[in-house]
Amino acid sequence: MTMAHQHAAAAKTQRPSLTKTQNWPGRLVVYGAVALIGLALAFAPFLFPDVRSQEVAARICVFIVLVASYDLLIGYTGIVSFAHTMFFGLGAYGTAMALKTMGPGFEAILLGGGAGVVAALLLALLIGLLSLRVKAIFFAMVTLSAASVMMVLASQLSDFTGGEDGITYSIPKLFSPATELLTDADGKALRVFGVALNGKLALYYFVFLSALALFLTMTRIVASPLGSVLKAIRENEMRAEAIGYRVVFYRTTIFCIAAIMAASAGILRAVWLKYTGPEVVLSFDIMIDILLMVVIGGMGTMLGAVIGVALMTLAQYYLKDLMALGAEATANLPVVPDLLNPERWLLWLGLGFILLVYFFPSGIAGTLMGKGGSK
Amino acid sequence: MTTKPSIRTENLTIRFGGHAAVNNVTCAFHPGELTVIVGPNGAGKTTWFNLVSGQLRPSEGRVVLGERDITALSPSGRARAGIGRAFQLTTLFPKLSVFENVRLAVQARAGQGHRLFIKAAKLPGLADKAMHFLEQTNLASVADLPAAALPHGDQRKLEVAMLLAMEPDIFMFDEPTAGMSVDEAPVILDLIARIKEDKARTVLLVEHKMDVVRALADRIVVLHNGELVTDGEPAEVMALDLVREIYLGVGADEVA
Repeated sequence: MTMAHQHAAAAKTQRPSLTKTQNWPGRLVVYGAVALIGLALAFAPFLFPDVRSQEVAARICVFIVLVASYDLLIGYTGIVSFAHTMFFGLGAYGTAMALKTMGPGFEAILLGGGAGVVAALLLALLIGLLSLRVKAIFFAMVTLSAASVMMVLASQLSDFTGGEDGITYSIPKLFSPATELLTDADGKALRVFGVALNGKLALYYFVFLSALALFLTMTRIVASPLGSVLKAIRENEMRAEAIGYRVVFYRTTIFCIAAIMAASAGILRAVWLKYTGPEVVLSFDIMIDILLMVVIGGMGTMLGAVIGVALMTLAQYYLKDLMALGAEATANLPVVPDLLNPERWLLWLGLGFILLVYFFPSGIAGTLMGKGGSK
Repeated sequence: MTTKPSIRTENLTIRFGGHAAVNNVTCAFHPGELTVIVGPNGAGKTTWFNLVSGQLRPSEGRVVLGERDITALSPSGRARAGIGRAFQLTTLFPKLSVFENVRLAVQARAGQGHRLFIKAAKLPGLADKAMHFLEQTNLASVADLPAAALPHGDQRKLEVAMLLAMEPDIFMFDEPTAGMSVDEAPVILDLIARIKEDKARTVLLVEHKMDVVRALADRIVVLHNGELVTDGEPAEVMALDLVREIYLGVGADEVA
């Protein structure tokens, strides 16, 4: 008993904000990393002008929205869903089908994408109301089967969806590389730091700024009163109900919000790629990527989504190249070049994940900031 | 009693399989009154509490709050209707701060939980109110610690702080001082005594410790094997041979 009192007395002198100041070096690292990634994405067309880097940067932007919206479910509320790619796909297919049938205009993106978002919302509402009352494992199974049905539909209704081949289409002329945003004296696209101000640039910033707006909206949501209730539900559902929060209402609401966000990310993906198919928006490989990214970044942190997506996407795209360089550099040594053979990149990626999970049990952001399950 | 009952149960029964854990319990409680529910382990006290606060649904009977039949209401619906409950086994939000635990209860009471586009920390008055309840329970100094980091006694106090923060009409305490040290318990008992000074409030208390019962009770209800055995003034009830028998059966030291 005296121990408890001493403890309380000690805490008194250290107030305020014990928990917040405790982890300040970790917090600084996380904020720094996120700021760095944000800046790199903001200036990506000028920093990394080649085509492949552009693709990587745009993919990171879209996946940050997708993974952060998944974090709203799994990290903040404790809902395990496997239907996130289904919502992602609805946004993408809606946009793709409208662009294909109506032609390349912004009204097609608005209408098709809007229809995709509304479909995602309604489907989320239906699944949520019907099954968020049941145990977590059953809910996970329901979402899994819904996602499977959606994949079958996408490949079977090939008249509308293009089946396994998907849909290829054009996007608004503003986003075409041939479009000059600003022209110089010769009538060619003006160059800034050697980068032409053309439609491709406009397209990148359309994706980047939309993703930024969606991400900031989500950070706002988790800091809101609703966000605080979500954390309460994650921590102790029964108690949240007992102090007066209708748990089913809150769960359904966040499931719908996450679906809208995922579908919006789908729109961005469809516009960027000019192609939509099961492989790029619906497959379970993507669902697994989302899960890995949210776990590596740190569940229930939002910023973890940025770190997890950036790290994993970079690894997926550049680990092979890096290993090829390493193998070349060590060509004269025994064994090492064989280990670094680019064909073994998945082995190293897997090893990397295991080490990350071992040293950062709550994900990178979660462990560094002292949030989540690090007890 | 001239006032109308604030809450009553009518023929309340719940069966698990063939066993009636609470059997046909009818009783009414009035504002300004503190009733202690006693009975040996397994008498159905906590089960009866669960039926009143909504964690369990009865097999038969009704729960009536004022004039309103709330038998079909969910726990959250009952909380919003004015029934507040502190739990026997501590059930907090373990990883959230002590302050956030209480703030959530204040926010629920204010009906602000659904709001999306304002910062929770900026909701006017909520933080001050939460701090007020933490000060009342001597927890202000540990407000920023995660709830799970508190010693057991402080966790019990936090339970009580959350119940106070709900500002209910009906206060339900399930052994609030269980596991508390001798010099911590009086803080809580003092708080409970103060709650009943407000004559609009009804307090229900499940308690084992006889000194607590003597100090606080206006009335005692005795449950045994799921049935209501006696209901009356403390002096009357404690004098009954039946009650002594029930208690002597479990532990003579508790009666003394």
